[in-house]
Amino acid sequence: MLYIACVLMGWLNVYAAVYSPETQTNLFDMSTNAGKQLMWIGTTVLLIIAILVINYRFWDTFAFVIYGITILMLLLVLVAGSNIKGSRSWFKIGGFLLQPAEFAKLGTALALARYIDFPNVNLTKLKDQLWCAGIIALPALLIIASNETGSMLVFASFIIMLYREGLPGIYPLIAIVIVTLFILTLIVPKLILFGVILALAVLVFFLTPRYQRSVQNVLVIGITAVSMIAIVAGVDFFVNSVLQKHQQNRIKVLINPAADPLGAGWNVTQAKIAIGSGRLQGKGFLEGTQTKLDFVPEQSTDFIFCTIGEEHGFVGSAIVVSLFVFLLCRLVLLAEKQRTRFARVYGYSLAGIIFFHLMINIGMTIGLMPVIGIPLPFFSYGGSSLWSFSILLFIFLKLDSRRVGMFTR
Amino acid sequence: MIENRKYIVIGVFCLVGLVYLSRLFYLQILDDSYSLESSSNSIKRVIEIPHRGQIYDRNGKFMVYNTPVYDLYVTPKKVQIPDTAAFCHLLNLERTEFDSIMAAAKAYSYQKPSLFLRQLSKEDFARIQDALVDYRGFEHVTSSMRTYPAHTMANALGYVSEVSKKQLEEQETPYYRQGDYIGRSGLEEQYESVLRGQRGIKFVMQNVHGVVKGSWKNGAFDSLAIAGKNLYTGIDAEIQQYADTLMQNKVGSVVAIEPSTGQILCMVSAPTYDPNSLSSRFFSKSYSKLAKNPYKPLINRPVMASYRPGSTFKLIQALVALQDGAVSPGSIFSHAGSPMKCHCNRSGRLNLSGAVQYSCNPYFYHVFRRLLYNNAERNTFKASAMGLHHWHDMVAKFGIGQRLGIDLPSELKGSLPDAELYDKLYGERHWKFSTVYSLSIGEGELLISPLKMANVAAIVANRGWFYTPHIVSGIGKPGQGIDPKYLEKHDVGIDPQHFEVVAEGMQGAVEHGTTTMAANIPGITICGKTGTSQNKKGKDHSIFVAFAPRENPKIAIAVFVENAGWGGIAAASVASLVIEKYIKRRVDNHALDKKVKEANYLPAIVPPQKPAPKKFIEPPKDSVAKPMIVKTILQRSVPPVPAEAPSLASRPVTTNGN
Repeated sequence: MLYIACVLMGWLNVYAAVYSPETQTNLFDMSTNAGKQLMWIGTTVLLIIAILVINYRFWDTFAFVIYGITILMLLLVLVAGSNIKGSRSWFKIGGFLLQPAEFAKLGTALALARYIDFPNVNLTKLKDQLWCAGIIALPALLIIASNETGSMLVFASFIIMLYREGLPGIYPLIAIVIVTLFILTLIVPKLILFGVILALAVLVFFLTPRYQRSVQNVLVIGITAVSMIAIVAGVDFFVNSVLQKHQQNRIKVLINPAADPLGAGWNVTQAKIAIGSGRLQGKGFLEGTQTKLDFVPEQSTDFIFCTIGEEHGFVGSAIVVSLFVFLLCRLVLLAEKQRTRFARVYGYSLAGIIFFHLMINIGMTIGLMPVIGIPLPFFSYGGSSLWSFSILLFIFLKLDSRRVGMFTR
Repeated sequence: MIENRKYIVIGVFCLVGLVYLSRLFYLQILDDSYSLESSSNSIKRVIEIPHRGQIYDRNGKFMVYNTPVYDLYVTPKKVQIPDTAAFCHLLNLERTEFDSIMAAAKAYSYQKPSLFLRQLSKEDFARIQDALVDYRGFEHVTSSMRTYPAHTMANALGYVSEVSKKQLEEQETPYYRQGDYIGRSGLEEQYESVLRGQRGIKFVMQNVHGVVKGSWKNGAFDSLAIAGKNLYTGIDAEIQQYADTLMQNKVGSVVAIEPSTGQILCMVSAPTYDPNSLSSRFFSKSYSKLAKNPYKPLINRPVMASYRPGSTFKLIQALVALQDGAVSPGSIFSHAGSPMKCHCNRSGRLNLSGAVQYSCNPYFYHVFRRLLYNNAERNTFKASAMGLHHWHDMVAKFGIGQRLGIDLPSELKGSLPDAELYDKLYGERHWKFSTVYSLSIGEGELLISPLKMANVAAIVANRGWFYTPHIVSGIGKPGQGIDPKYLEKHDVGIDPQHFEVVAEGMQGAVEHGTTTMAANIPGITICGKTGTSQNKKGKDHSIFVAFAPRENPKIAIAVFVENAGWGGIAAASVASLVIEKYIKRRVDNHALDKKVKEANYLPAIVPPQKPAPKKFIEPPKDSVAKPMIVKTILQRSVPPVPAEAPSLASRPVTTNGN
């Protein structure tokens, strides 16, 4: 239709092109996967056409309906889903598996956009913050219930969008502080950490100009320090008592991969070996030994990036990472251009989700993130994820095309 | 303000992207440890063991070949055994054995197959193959096992077993790996590098479970296995087997050489064992049983045992004395002047041939005396030293006191004393002929292996030359590829005419002399010489060396029978039967054949004492003082038959004196 849409389509084609050979690689071991993936691609094209045909108003109007349907699916899967690898989060339809959690992202993004689009919503107000949190938390909790913690974490990505829409900066800051403390707790002995926090509090107190040392400010400093200590203590409890065994291991492995290279550290170690062995040029298409021969687990889904790293080397993996970053920036800039708040919020949500997937998925294969089983957008094998990302992206394109269309008309 | 947040968001995206790129840069470009690990991870070297070379006898009969056997492997993860008791019964296993094998397999890997049972024979495997269908997780791999169809010559052939830890550590170029087979003695050890062939290496890609997924780079780096070469030997399996039966219930050796080629015709070490017993999966059980046997059946006596040659050494003494000019064929010496006793009753009537024929001790006392003093030196001490030196050099040419260089490992040098030895023992110029005269009749500090004695017989048969005795006559193809040193003629430096004198005496010894009846085979002119090897620790050893026929000899032979008593009778009987069998391909003298087979010279085993002494290192200074009177053995006491030996009542052996 229009220039920008074409560019975006071009991007997609690049992904599709890179994408299908990647699955071809896995033909060696699971020929059915590639076959199925072709079918998924076919159906995805149909979906895309459908999305482009449907009036943009549809998404705006039925946002909450779609949200409701996804919530219903999440509930249903808890009852009627098939149990695969310990999580009850799949529908078995014929020979194929469908994961409603993937579509929950779409529903949530639409619902959030619709909510924030209400004219009087202000994200600096606690009531609206709570509403948003509720919209996000509902599917997230349902997903936790179905034992798919990885997908749940994706919902944290909405914070990026909320931040852009006026959420006070303190929230992401708190999030960052918590994550930092979390990591520090695992590395640094607790008592030292306590000491450092207290020292920081005292330091901040004395650095505060005397005239600003109101009771209120001192209280803020004190509460911050106490809550930080509480977080540190809480993290310890959380890691050792709340998390399941395999989750505990994954976090410990991140800190020290060499501790158990054949056990919990296996995935990460093998993934790093595969990527590391690619060197600059890679081993060449279909020449990967690590990934082809099952050393890397889940190499067609969650660890797909290993195949890129091994067979195409630094050049290939750098291109992929850059492409994603370029896409993300492009999405953000496009979102900024949207006339409607709905479209902008939705665009940011989309960027946030893709960013989060990218960060976690690639991060875990190169040992920077704990192993969390979420797919790499457009690359990983799996119909649900391909569908949901394509739908997510093309709804935004449709929204965007309307804007451009209006413009040219 | 809020509008600017898009830059923060974009900034975060780019920052994460940059962090990841630098991490990738580090992993893929800077740090090469991951790349190294990957190749050892997924590419596996698979060793292809080539067929080990087979061994043939001189008539093209198999001595050793490979039998296909089945190694049973188990993959613990896949194991399904409905009834363990029935399974153990099927495989002839104790439950405890089964448990320990399974435990070891599980400890190794659940995913990868480990060895469950080694070397199941074709028959065993056929028996269990059908039943094995009911049990999951077991698979078989064909391998091969050494098989010895002639059931003979175990000591010279050697055996094959797993390479030892020490060998693994000491190998110069790392070839063997844990669990590889290697030749451990005899020909298997000597020709290991030829027999084993060249191992092939295949690079295959394997997945995480060690399951092979095809060849790597289409086999560009693979090397094919090269089969081991066959060995063609000069052994006559039939003769070897026959000599085996003659040597049953005896300790000793039979070595026969084809004089014209130096090829060994048979090499018996008694007692022996069935080589097949060390080639099955019961190897360790059989081996420890053999190692504990007091008669030491694992020793290859023809090359690893040394004896005083006794009277058989007179052949060499006669030859070197003639060559030296110390005596002439017609020289006559009486018993007078010699401290040695004799039983020939022909004092002063014997020429050199006669002395050989009747094995006259005093005669050779005089011969040796002449030999040592056959120089210009007037001082008897100096003359003895000079004479002995000269004598040593001449005798050494017969291969005495050195390794002949047969193609077997662990050949012993034996001992040939020289002047330096006596200088050391007695002090320079403190010894002379009268100190060392026991050498004249093959006693004293002489130690000779049966192989060397057989070679001496071959030298006499050839009238002055020999090829280094060897078993293998062809590597890869018959008559090809052997070490050129076995094709090199060695001259012993004695004029051919002198040999006729000795041969005359040897023929006489068989026909009229010391061994009449025992060694005389109608229709074949056998030239032989008896000997007694004195043995302080028990009964003397019986020795006989011979060749036949006198003209154009076909076979030279040495037989040693330990503890068979004085005189060469026991040995001569064995030798003559072997000669008859070899030349006529049949044995007519059934009575002798029966008598020899039934004779039992196994020494009694007294636990703390060494049962069968084979080496006499300590030089007996009083060897001459020993009585050498005629001993007619009328009745042998029945020695206790050890549990390992078949029970065989010993029969009285009579000698007809000599």
